[in-house]
Amino acid sequence: MSDGADVIVIGAGIVGAACAHELARRGQRVLVLDAGLRAATAAGMGHLIVLDDNPAELALSQYSVQRWRDWSRDMPDDCAYRQNGTLWLAANAEEMAVAEAKYQVLREHGLDCELLGAGALRDAEPELRDGLHGGLRVTGDGILYAPNAARWLLDHPLIEQRRARVIEIDGSRVRLEDGGWLGAQAVILAGGTHVTELCPELPIEPKKGHLLITDRYPGRISHTLVELGYVTSAHNASGPSTAANIQPRPTGQLFIGASRQFGSSDPAVEPWMLAKMLQRAVDYMPGLARLNGIRAWTGFRAAGPDGLPLLGEHPQRPGLWLAVGHEGLGVTTAPGSADLLVAQLLGETAPLAPEPYLPQRFPGVRAHA
Amino acid sequence: MPELTLDGRPLLVAPGTTVAAALLLGGDGTSRTSVSGQRRAPVCGMGICQECRVTIDGQRRLACQTLCRDGMRVESRP
Ligand code: FES
Repeated sequence: MSDGADVIVIGAGIVGAACAHELARRGQRVLVLDAGLRAATAAGMGHLIVLDDNPAELALSQYSVQRWRDWSRDMPDDCAYRQNGTLWLAANAEEMAVAEAKYQVLREHGLDCELLGAGALRDAEPELRDGLHGGLRVTGDGILYAPNAARWLLDHPLIEQRRARVIEIDGSRVRLEDGGWLGAQAVILAGGTHVTELCPELPIEPKKGHLLITDRYPGRISHTLVELGYVTSAHNASGPSTAANIQPRPTGQLFIGASRQFGSSDPAVEPWMLAKMLQRAVDYMPGLARLNGIRAWTGFRAAGPDGLPLLGEHPQRPGLWLAVGHEGLGVTTAPGSADLLVAQLLGETAPLAPEPYLPQRFPGVRAHA
Repeated sequence: MPELTLDGRPLLVAPGTTVAAALLLGGDGTSRTSVSGQRRAPVCGMGICQECRVTIDGQRRLACQTLCRDGMRVESRP
């Protein structure tokens, strides 16, 4: 079938898988090539979260979280989807004001959410420390196990998967490591942090993150707990930063993040960074300090300059379509990214305005000769 | 000689015995049940693989990194 594929997708992570799935659903024959490199889908937390740093991020994440909810009805158990909601934590009055502003924005967009005072917050999550000012519960957010979700999305008779490393892209043709060329009507590049090896003009940088998972301690928390300092510190800082992010896995394990570092491509766990991240989580949930972590690892987010992905045809390489630069939101926004890209590729009306995500917003991509 | 209970049964061991060794002396050597329902047993013996997790006096512990003490309650199930 590979010779006859309509579209070649590079990268079998969650974004590539969602693109392949949407194409196959429309009757397109898809060949998915994956080199088996380290990638964010396998490393990340699988947190499905609506973020509203800007209107385009909100539109894409809101649309996508809803799509995951629709998909979840058909997903097998091993995708571990749960709509457990996110609970944003405000440690002080300033962060409570951020929670209130966020509440207004989300409500205006029709999202189900609720402001909690200090007492209601303690009732909702008794493991949280005393003295927090309150929180914001976003009901529609969820979690899933992204590697299995990607596998489920790729399980379609019109999708063929092949383990192969692409070493060159020429429009809608790709060259494999063995020197052979494969062609199709279009190529979609969804290679996460690895895309700059094939397209050095793309403004994508790896942003390192640490993660830790505990032994099984069922029933400690029910929401994914995220500090609102996330909005004010981690996202906006350029230096290394951490923010408390504690997720209850369906197994009873607690999944702890998050750290952010630029300028490193070394996957080693750095004890100082891990310690800082865990201390931050313990600041919010003191009982964590008595639990055992069983694994710690790192991953790399493919970060672009403005926090939004690049979704659309490469302005200087006709036939090559980009689905890159999702940073920490690749799992969340995979469905919306796929719908947007596939609609453009097939000339359909996109479900969201595609302009904010078009690759040509970056002069370096536009100028590539 | 420390006497502990392993999954409710008393077990006498020599001083200096690790809980991982006690699992083998007093049972089938397994330490825990995985998420997929399989029984698992200590592998590395040096605190790395995390396969030997058991509950000791209500706390999750590594059997290979813990010495048996008198009165200790070790649970390997579920
Ligand atoms: S046997 Fe590997 S950690 Fe105990």
